[in-house]
Amino acid sequence: MLYNSPYLVKPASVRSVMLRVVAALIPGIAAYVWFFGAAILVQLALASAAALIGETLLLTLRKKPVWLFVSDGSALVTAWLIALTFPPIGPWWLVVVASLFAIVIIKHLYGGLGQNPFNPAMAAFALMIVCYPQLMSQWPAAGFTDFHAQLGLIFGERHLDAITMATPLDALRTALHSAEAKASVAGIFGSNASFGNVGGKGWEFIAAGYLLGGLFLLQQRIITWHMPVAFLAALGLMAGIAHTLNPDQFAGPLFHLFSGGAMLGAFFIVTDPVSGATTPKGKLIFAAGIGFFTWVIRTFGAYPDGIAFAVMLLNICVPLIDMATQPPVFGHKLGTKQKEKA
Amino acid sequence: MLRQLFSFNGGVKPATHKTDSTTQSIGSVPMPAELVIPLHQSVGGTPRPLVQAGDVVKKGQRIGEADGNVSSAVHASTSGTVKAVEMRTMAHSSGLSSLCVVLEPDGKDEWAELSPVAWRELEPGAVRDILRDAGVVGLGGAVFPTHLKVNAGKAGKLKTLIINGAECEPFITCDDLQMRERSAGVLGGVIILKTLLQAGEALVGIEDNKPDAIAAMQATVKALGDKAAGISIVPIPTRYPAGGAKQLIRVLTGIEVPHGERSTDYGVQCFNTGTCYGIYEALELGKPLISRIVTVAGNVEAPRNYEVLFGTPMSHVIALAKAKPGTDRIIMGGPMMGFAMPNADVPVIKATNCVLVGSPELFPEPEPEMPCIRCGECAKACPADLQPFELYWYSKAKLFGKAQEYHLFDCIECGCCAFVCPSRIRLVDYYRFSKSEIWAREQEKSAADAARERFEFRQYREEREKEEKAARLAAKAAETKAKLAAEAAAAETAPSAATPSDAAPTGDDAKKAMIAAAMARAAAQKAEAAEANIKPANTDNLSPAQQAQVDAAEALHAKVDTLVTGNESGEK
Repeated sequence: MLYNSPYLVKPASVRSVMLRVVAALIPGIAAYVWFFGAAILVQLALASAAALIGETLLLTLRKKPVWLFVSDGSALVTAWLIALTFPPIGPWWLVVVASLFAIVIIKHLYGGLGQNPFNPAMAAFALMIVCYPQLMSQWPAAGFTDFHAQLGLIFGERHLDAITMATPLDALRTALHSAEAKASVAGIFGSNASFGNVGGKGWEFIAAGYLLGGLFLLQQRIITWHMPVAFLAALGLMAGIAHTLNPDQFAGPLFHLFSGGAMLGAFFIVTDPVSGATTPKGKLIFAAGIGFFTWVIRTFGAYPDGIAFAVMLLNICVPLIDMATQPPVFGHKLGTKQKEKA
Repeated sequence: MLRQLFSFNGGVKPATHKTDSTTQSIGSVPMPAELVIPLHQSVGGTPRPLVQAGDVVKKGQRIGEADGNVSSAVHASTSGTVKAVEMRTMAHSSGLSSLCVVLEPDGKDEWAELSPVAWRELEPGAVRDILRDAGVVGLGGAVFPTHLKVNAGKAGKLKTLIINGAECEPFITCDDLQMRERSAGVLGGVIILKTLLQAGEALVGIEDNKPDAIAAMQATVKALGDKAAGISIVPIPTRYPAGGAKQLIRVLTGIEVPHGERSTDYGVQCFNTGTCYGIYEALELGKPLISRIVTVAGNVEAPRNYEVLFGTPMSHVIALAKAKPGTDRIIMGGPMMGFAMPNADVPVIKATNCVLVGSPELFPEPEPEMPCIRCGECAKACPADLQPFELYWYSKAKLFGKAQEYHLFDCIECGCCAFVCPSRIRLVDYYRFSKSEIWAREQEKSAADAARERFEFRQYREEREKEEKAARLAAKAAETKAKLAAEAAAAETAPSAATPSDAAPTGDDAKKAMIAAAMARAAAQKAEAAEANIKPANTDNLSPAQQAQVDAAEALHAKVDTLVTGNESGEK
């Protein structure tokens, strides 16, 4: 078959992009295993299997080339993000249902790769936290690394009390919201063993791992600086202002940046190209919006973390943001000025 | 001297593949058995053939005359006999034919008489005409008639003359070799342009991967001394497409000329180095453009540059470089913007800067297209600052209006977006499709508009004719009525009335007069018809009696006319 120019192409592919994203998650996962045991690896495997099976099934139903798309790595990225945002000791079907929902409903029913208006992992998180708020709030305490016990929780009977707890972010929010306690942020930090140096114990190192992976993605030019910087800046700024005004009631910026899904979100979730804004200015607005709403939902909302809802809120705004932030085309802005001078 | 350079956004850095074809000097090509010289080799009108089969022509003799000002002449590339003026396959991916002069060389390669042009003494308009008739067009690949660009625009003079020696496409080295070996000629052309356009300065931009060309040009500038005053050789960073006219203007001056505007309005104008050489030859030596340097590269054993006569079959030149097995296509131009040729026997033309021999190893079959994931790589690579993926969505959805809103026509089809796309989408094909659809629709629309206008005018005309006919009939009816009334009145007053000649003619007289007038008109018409047949009119050589009759009839005619028109205007 004859085709037209350009005849030269760069050796780049969707697969190589997706696989590098997957690779960039590894430092964070390593820290995760170190602090919270190997359960997360089981969840990653469960989510991957469910996502790939869902992908294969839907591609067959839609009469698309199955291997071409299954091997593109996009389902794998979705699956891993689901596993990493879900509690590692949740029952096995939690990530399986979430992954199938993300791939079947959010991705393929909207047209498959590149067509989904919502971030599939975040839509799945939002669905499960609304349907199973309790299961989604049971997290292992730092140091609980007994793999056998973890496997039991994932596949067997669930008796949790001794070993599970809320995430530090959740714990802080609940403590601050409880009316009778004259709690202050500092007080809660001091009284609760799950808090570490800046964020939750262990969680702060996992966040650092994600940050490392994010820097790799930046170096590989898979993501641009706009979204992580705008997201973290907006989240940090909101937390900083509130903390300065009332340090007793509002946690500081470092706690927010190194807790929950902030770092994972900054480099791996907010940066999803399919469902995000695309222009440089648009990326700043989009990610800053997510940062803002994340802080609002974390602080005043009823859920343990706000990123999923914030991301979906801003996903809806993407067409508008992109339309309003089209960058000037070559010559159309600068050129006109130069002509007046000439 | 360090000069401040500017930068354009985007661009890519593909492997340049340039060194192989620069190891040898510009080669010459043995005379082919037949030259097929297309008449249409430039932007604009197709030149009118000046020769026919059997004519004997000299080298450099004009064989195609520019059709209007937006066109450029074509010349015989060697001496010989015109075998035919007929349709032959064009050097174009469509494989369509165009009118060509088929020339059988006589082997003498004998020049027509050449006379250098005293261009310094001539009016600019006269120089432009000479360039048009010498067939000088832009040799960077766009083949825009050069004489149209040798015009400083409204200001009357240029601030900066830009000379494009960037040669950013991979594989192509014809400008590089020309600058190395013929820098005096190239700079001779630059001096001519700088003088004609009264340019304040001339900047020759050359990508820094051509150090030999830069050195040769700088040495010649130095050697020329005062003659080359105001001319600077400027090395620029190697980044495709730095050789795009707009990108080069941006790099050298910081000026961004928007799509659809004249660069002279911004005080700049851009010419290719090969074009400068053509201008030099046309004016200083009187030689019309009959050959150019062509890079033969790609899947060949000996990549090299050759001086090739226009009309030489590409296969003839490829044979010199020895195509390797596995050759699956011939591309005219570079791998980023070139076009696949319908076969290897199409002729080398003015636009042929490179004959690129392709193979599956060099240019592998594109991998299957994946959906766009909006990663934005294309937007980062676009030198026109477009959002290529948006243009792709709109082109795919056939939302051509939206595509235009997103500046589809600012796209220069450089191929950077498709080069970087991880989904391997043939993006430029989508833009070409959209552009041609929009052009086709505009053509259809203007054709439909013209048809509608014709139809509406016809309706209006028919309506008007109907109305006029009705008015005429009504007028006649009124006239008859009036006449009858006048007759009745005349019958009453006739005995006491004065002589008929004093008063208005009576009814009978009027009738008679009208009949006579009609007869006279008929006679006049006959006479006219006779005159048209160049026969003596029957009003010539009349007897005095006949003349008197005619005179009388004419007098009556005139009288009746005034009456009738009087009536008609009364009606209105």
